[in-house]
Amino acid sequence: MAPAADVAKYAAGLEVGTLMDVRKTYKLFIGGEFVRSESGRAYRFDGSINVPRGSRKDLRDAIRAARTAFPGWAARTAMNRGQILYRAAEMLDGRRAQFVEVLGGGRTASREVESAVDALIWYAGWTDKLAQVAGNTNPVSGPYFNFTIPEPTGVVGIIAPEDPALAGLVRRVAPALCGGNTVVVLAPEAAPLPALTLAEVLATSDVPGGVVNVIGGYHRELLPWLAAHMDVNAIDTAGCTPEELTAIEKAAAENVKRVIKSPPGELSPQLITAFMEMKTVWHPIGV
Amino acid sequence: MWSVATALSLSHLGSLMRGVRSVDEVGADERAASLAKRSIKKSSKLWALDLAIRCMDLTTLEGSDTPGKIAALSAKGIRPKPGDGSIPSVAAICVYPARVAEAKEHLRNSGVRVASVATAFPSGQSFLSVKLSETREAVAAGADEVDMVIDRGAFLSGDYQKVYDEIVAVKDACGDAHLKVILETGELGTYDSVRRASILAMAAGADFIKTSTGKVQPAATLPVSLVMMEAIRDFVRETGRPVGFKPAGGIRTSKQAIAYLVVLYETLGPDWMTPERFRLGASTLLNDVLMQIEKERTGAYQSGDYFTID
Repeated sequence: MAPAADVAKYAAGLEVGTLMDVRKTYKLFIGGEFVRSESGRAYRFDGSINVPRGSRKDLRDAIRAARTAFPGWAARTAMNRGQILYRAAEMLDGRRAQFVEVLGGGRTASREVESAVDALIWYAGWTDKLAQVAGNTNPVSGPYFNFTIPEPTGVVGIIAPEDPALAGLVRRVAPALCGGNTVVVLAPEAAPLPALTLAEVLATSDVPGGVVNVIGGYHRELLPWLAAHMDVNAIDTAGCTPEELTAIEKAAAENVKRVIKSPPGELSPQLITAFMEMKTVWHPIGV
Repeated sequence: MWSVATALSLSHLGSLMRGVRSVDEVGADERAASLAKRSIKKSSKLWALDLAIRCMDLTTLEGSDTPGKIAALSAKGIRPKPGDGSIPSVAAICVYPARVAEAKEHLRNSGVRVASVATAFPSGQSFLSVKLSETREAVAAGADEVDMVIDRGAFLSGDYQKVYDEIVAVKDACGDAHLKVILETGELGTYDSVRRASILAMAAGADFIKTSTGKVQPAATLPVSLVMMEAIRDFVRETGRPVGFKPAGGIRTSKQAIAYLVVLYETLGPDWMTPERFRLGASTLLNDVLMQIEKERTGAYQSGDYFTID
């Protein structure tokens, strides 16, 4: 709070340019809206800043939003998805200063933001090239035109890595979006701000509501529900401990989720196809 | 005060309608909202979900309904979850009159009833002779229950006599079939009109009063249902004849269904928590209820991918 004297001056129009502090309440990002946790809870990851502590019901709502958004996002043309990812890169670049501050400032933080922007642009370029590279016409010994195309798997849960918090997150979310999946991000418990702030970038990038959802909170409260949720098709475990990974793999077996275990910093088309199903068509010819 | 005895002599219909007290709109909204907040968990929730299925009128009212769709829906109504005998059958399958015979054929000996909409559903804007012959044909084809719509045009212009006479005539055409009277509350405008239409329909002989066709927005809402249930409660006090209630349209989630059951319990009491006196008209609700039951049993949130589409 600004001192009462400042408030009075400001109200009287004095000292224009001396604004009161606008203090920020970090929110979850579910279905395109910034909401508090339905549980009303928050936690202080660093002892001073309150961030929302999502509950399993927030997670459930986020997965429902992602499922609802999936058909529309998957049906967008690859070029349009690329345009939107590129737009996200533009928006992130425009907020460079804010992200550098969130990441603690300095040369390292600045490089990390650049690397995140780079990753978005890199995957934006992949959207309309993926089918040509990952897909194929297959030589078969029969009267068939046989071809394989990659299709998005559905709703992807992403356990974001803690370090680097921004670049690591972008490098996991972008490939999932690139292929046409919708995602639910579990922000790292100890470094949730970059993920919660990235939601603000995505909300202004023409990413349709529900395509990316961001939940903050305690992993021990949320991971079991995410891993067992029947409506989640894949889980990216980049930010998991080995013990968490084992538990996730067990729970994920129930509906045969894809469990993705690749190095957090990976930047490759294989990471896009890791979130995709290869669909093969046997088309009769000569009939 | 109104009295049903005088209303049945027809000449006093006007005074019956004038005697219907008005509804406290803010109060009804608030009471419905507060009841909807009630938390029903674990075994109570499972019980409520079981009841919701037993009270469900599984509905398909589309121009695109085919014999195949009726067959699938009937099978689902009898055995909502194949391979799981602990899930009860629904109360009825609700279809257009032209599809009644097919539904009857599939539901034979299952205990699931066939409900047919009739009387120029959903608008009700047709000739009385057409409405009556449609009703008779639906019953002849095997409908156990008839869902009629009231003539909102007549009701809103104050011609209560015409509405009343039509309900009486349709009730007569129904024979042994149960008559549900759809008020289409979304077109009635005020809670006062809803209460008045409820009293009118019950006085004319309705076995059930039903909120909506599902073809008009808003369809069933919790406050409007509260108003209708209170009308039923007052009618039963006055006449001793129990009348059933059926909300329909827009009820898609288990949470909503449970909210209706809470309001029902608090307004009409446990005697109404049976398919004889309460129905839920819905098409997509059943899958959500099945998913919620599975969630309670397994502890994992469920996906529509593992449940049948119809």
